[in-house]
Amino acid sequence: MSETTEQAIRAEAIELLLREKGLVSEAQIDGIIQQYNARTGPLNGAYLVARAWADAAFKAALLQDGTRAMEPFNFSGGEVQKLVVKENTPQTHNLVVCTLCSCYPWAVLGLPPRWYKDPAYRSRVVKEPRKVLGEFGVNLPDSSLVKVWDSSAEIRYMVLPQRPSGSEGMSEAELAELVTRDSMIGVELLD
Amino acid sequence: MDGIHDFGGASGYGPVVRESHEPAFHERWEAGVFTMVNALMAADICHNVDQFRHAVERINSQAYLEHGYYGRWLGGLENLLIEAAILSQKDIEEKVSSLGGNNVALIAAQPAASPDVFSDAVLRASGPGAFRKIVSSASFRSGDWVKTLDGIVPGHTRLPAYARGKKGQIVESHAAWVYPDSNAHGLGEQPQHLYTVAFSGAQLWGDEAEPDTFTHLDLFEPYLVAFSDE
Repeated sequence: MSETTEQAIRAEAIELLLREKGLVSEAQIDGIIQQYNARTGPLNGAYLVARAWADAAFKAALLQDGTRAMEPFNFSGGEVQKLVVKENTPQTHNLVVCTLCSCYPWAVLGLPPRWYKDPAYRSRVVKEPRKVLGEFGVNLPDSSLVKVWDSSAEIRYMVLPQRPSGSEGMSEAELAELVTRDSMIGVELLD
Repeated sequence: MDGIHDFGGASGYGPVVRESHEPAFHERWEAGVFTMVNALMAADICHNVDQFRHAVERINSQAYLEHGYYGRWLGGLENLLIEAAILSQKDIEEKVSSLGGNNVALIAAQPAASPDVFSDAVLRASGPGAFRKIVSSASFRSGDWVKTLDGIVPGHTRLPAYARGKKGQIVESHAAWVYPDSNAHGLGEQPQHLYTVAFSGAQLWGDEAEPDTFTHLDLFEPYLVAFSDE
């Protein structure tokens, strides 16, 4: 039997025992699956980015105090107590990691992808961020500064990517469609 | 705790492997584990997020590498359930067998004999959130140079090994937050001032550093001592 199957059985065993004790229900689990598949995801962060690109005052507010700027959006799922947003520019490239566990701004980006939680990214990106970025297809000029944010406390980080060329005149909804999860982690440039 | 989870700067884990169109949960059991952990928090059986993170750090290190994120959570969950005497090892093994599984495969959980191996404190729930108001004023401010503590940490900590005994500069102050190093062990919230500290690549990695790179960490005041070149 594969490891995954053994884990699936063990998880099911514990779930059945906790259901007998009334500590968890099938409905709760179904609700979680639905919530994270449908409502909580990188789209929330994309709204913030699109608004920031379209509205200079909002961008300034988002960079000044991300927590307050996201409040009116009422994003559900995954508490973010303090959101800090870092702006990527032609001179400075920001990217986010959590080397100790896998902290990630759930409320704005949903649940993290596997690679974000795996040992390779967590071990390497603090030591060789340029090389890791290169593997993601992000080749930065030597003149640029690279800033890695290792989320070691309860503050959560999100990257405001550079606005892609050719997006002038687009509506906020159209802009939001250009924004990817990876660009908000800081491992993709939008073009 | 110095353990397998503290990955920063380690080598040998290969390239970053990505997956396109990844779902939030790959299999139902992953969502089950996610939900159970949240339910334990809500039911005040797992008392706080720091205690849970530490429970995950204490799983079998081979399983930590091989079982994936929700496999790690499963191990942390099982540690806590057994340590809190909500379930027994025997309950779980019997149920696993009844479902056709075996109990000889690599198991992530390594429950401790007592609810906390480092503390006799009665584990208490932490209040909501982690931001706290405290009376003491911050010892550092933006621009200050600091050095991080060095050495091995026996219990839970959020000072990664790669950033110990290193010089950095405070770039932002965040007021006071629950101190994970005590809260994880039932020793109370003991809120501490928190700072974002910037470390140059050269400071962290010496000659191996890539040029013009900085790593920032959010570090609690007890991890830091004032430092000046004079």
